[in-house]
Amino acid sequence: MLSRVADSIYWMSRYIERAENVARFIDVTLHMIPDMPAGSIPQWQPLIDTTGDAPRFKEKYGVATPEAVIQFLTCDAEYPNSIRSCLKAARENARSVREVISSEMWERINRFYLIVESPTFDEYCQRDPQDLFAMVKMTSHEFFGVTDATMTHNEGWHFGRLGQLLERADKTSRILDVKYFLLLPTAADVGTTMDDIQWAAVLRSASAFEMYRKRYGRMEPERIVEFLLLDREFPRAIQWCLMTARQSLHAISGTPTDMFRTPLEQWLGQVCSELAYADVDEIIGSGLHEYLDNLQTRINQIGGGIRDTFFANKEPGGRPPGKVAAHA
Amino acid sequence: MRFADYDAGPFFDEMFERGNLPRPDARALAAFIDSLPPGELAQRQTAAERALLHMGITFNVYGDGAGTERIFPFDLVPRIVSAAEWTVIERGLKQRIRALNQFIDDLYHRQQIVKDGVFPLELLTSATSYRQACAGMTPPRGIWCHITGTDLVRDASGQVYVLEDNLRCPSGVSYVLQNRQVIKRTFPQLFASSRIRPVDDYPGRLRDMLEHLGPADTGQPRVVVLTPGPYNSAYFEHSFLAQQMGVELVEGRDLLVADGFVWMRTTKGNQKVDVIYRRLDDDFLDPTVFRKDSMLGVPGLFEVYKNGHVALANAPGTGIADDKAVYRYVPEIIKYYLGEDIVLPNVPTFLCDDPTERQHVLSNLKDLVVKATNESGGYGMLIGPRSSAAEREEFARRIQASPRNYIAQPTLSLSRVPTIIDGRFEGRHVDLRPYILYGEEIFVMPGGLTRVALREGSLVVNSSQGGGSKDTWVLATDDAAAAAPPPAAVARVAMSQSQGQG
Repeated sequence: MLSRVADSIYWMSRYIERAENVARFIDVTLHMIPDMPAGSIPQWQPLIDTTGDAPRFKEKYGVATPEAVIQFLTCDAEYPNSIRSCLKAARENARSVREVISSEMWERINRFYLIVESPTFDEYCQRDPQDLFAMVKMTSHEFFGVTDATMTHNEGWHFGRLGQLLERADKTSRILDVKYFLLLPTAADVGTTMDDIQWAAVLRSASAFEMYRKRYGRMEPERIVEFLLLDREFPRAIQWCLMTARQSLHAISGTPTDMFRTPLEQWLGQVCSELAYADVDEIIGSGLHEYLDNLQTRINQIGGGIRDTFFANKEPGGRPPGKVAAHA
Repeated sequence: MRFADYDAGPFFDEMFERGNLPRPDARALAAFIDSLPPGELAQRQTAAERALLHMGITFNVYGDGAGTERIFPFDLVPRIVSAAEWTVIERGLKQRIRALNQFIDDLYHRQQIVKDGVFPLELLTSATSYRQACAGMTPPRGIWCHITGTDLVRDASGQVYVLEDNLRCPSGVSYVLQNRQVIKRTFPQLFASSRIRPVDDYPGRLRDMLEHLGPADTGQPRVVVLTPGPYNSAYFEHSFLAQQMGVELVEGRDLLVADGFVWMRTTKGNQKVDVIYRRLDDDFLDPTVFRKDSMLGVPGLFEVYKNGHVALANAPGTGIADDKAVYRYVPEIIKYYLGEDIVLPNVPTFLCDDPTERQHVLSNLKDLVVKATNESGGYGMLIGPRSSAAEREEFARRIQASPRNYIAQPTLSLSRVPTIIDGRFEGRHVDLRPYILYGEEIFVMPGGLTRVALREGSLVVNSSQGGGSKDTWVLATDDAAAAAPPPAAVARVAMSQSQGQG
């Protein structure tokens, strides 16, 4: 398939998944507020920290008030990771490949885009953010559901899934990182002062609360970290995301799954193996934040590898037709 | 909404005869619309427009800020063409395309028609759309104009004329196909009972025609559609046609020239391309041959084409037959190459290049339509009866400065079709653009794009100038509509059901 088309499908999926996760971040904070003890101050700054774009926020808005945070993360047309910008970027990408994706996929994105670009959108974000976030999440689910049900599971579909799952792995790690950082200043506090309600909110922001309950029952921070980081069956757990992304990568390249032929396949395989043999107590003992930081860096590296391997075919002479790139 | 209040006016109305009587072929349609409960038609109109918006069936408006998209307004009342009339139109279009193709081929070879004094040399040497680079070339299968959209109009007398030939990159066919889908959903019962000739096979025929241009030695040629990109006004159509044909939609940056062939960059290395349906003007195709500043084309493409290693549709250089001064000579061209009289007449045309005709044009600007010879899309046009004195002075200046660039025609009183305007039927002027494919044989799509000037009294139907569109129903002849045999009875396997429930 055309490199440009693969690139667009990959980013279309990433941006939809990103919009969904931004909605999840904000939604969880909104849910925590009514349950907080009287006199405590709602925490909006961690949301901004989660994005990695705190300096940018501070410069434009200053203090993290609820209105400012919601404006920044949902409607701000200048901020490239706001829900509005994500939808716009997803739609631009979809528009450039609409002959490759199914009409149903295109229509799902386009209808949502028309809402986001309507003149009343800003007002709607402030008036009923929870309704908006529910809609963003549902649109994303519908989009990926329609994708699975109407698009041939060919190379293009695998590029979409690769983008979606790398994005989701990254965002789950950020949810875990900031919340853990906020709620557990030191490792010694583990299991002592935890507020079940706040941990439940963390799980809910990854749609993981119900599934966690079925798996472990009691609210225990180590088990929650284990569930979101290392579970092999829960579809928002980082391990599941990366394992499944790896299947798509190998389906695209044709490399047998127990081998690697490119640095990209090597990197993703190594991360998956490490997660498969990881122990959650060791991770927490040596610093969850450092562990997640490292994980995010490696996910970014894998994203760069995808670009270099598949999208950036720029040599004027071109590679010999039909020959698969073999670097390793 | 009722047709009882409809006023066909002093025009030729495509649906009604004098005295507000539906034409025989339109009776079922008129009766059906009149039978709808009040408000129903308006509701279906709104639903149809919303569907077009959600499906993103839009065009981009130039000079209106980047990325402004609008739907092409669609009117539910179709335009009906009788079987007998269509037979003449089809014959006329095939004749015209066959002759024009020979004309183009001649101009790039011996120029016999000029030597024989039938077509003036000055018009050829002054034509900006003549491509010197194509001289001596014979495109694959000898075909230059693979895809043509010819604009037809009807005047007050009922006569159908050819108004314009569009042989470069005619657009609009995607709207024909989408309009038909919307109409089928909107009037399913009516559609099923009428004998309307299908248009849905166009993408399949387009693909067959393009594959026909591929090299004989490869199995299945690789066909691509080349688009200038998502910001082009017709991008929706490019992507729709690629999708419907099941071929890749490429931009210039997806292609490269190496080892004498054209390749596209894919995730698995480069793959050879055999046939390019290019929706890009000649000027932008190849910066090494045509416009140097083109960022949209593919450097080296023309050389590969000249060596016969890739086919381009339409062939570069075809635009010469699109020149509005050439149009004036089409009756002579048909006579010269085919020895036949023209079937579908031209609109009488004055060449401003000719001193006598120019004088006539300049003294009658108020009654004439003046067109630039190399413009399309309704740009660079003066409609005399609707113009101001200042506009006429401006055009008189332009004509005197560069007479070769202008032609003039009498202002035709275009036919009208009832159109839904503010909850009632009003007559609006229309034209018709059928699409013609020239492959192994010449195929004329039964129907085409009926464009309608939505502004009251307006004669300009272009989408960029406030035009909309309608579905076009070409009716089948009785023998063509012979009932298909009923499906044979076959045993069916029942669906499995859950056990132990209910």
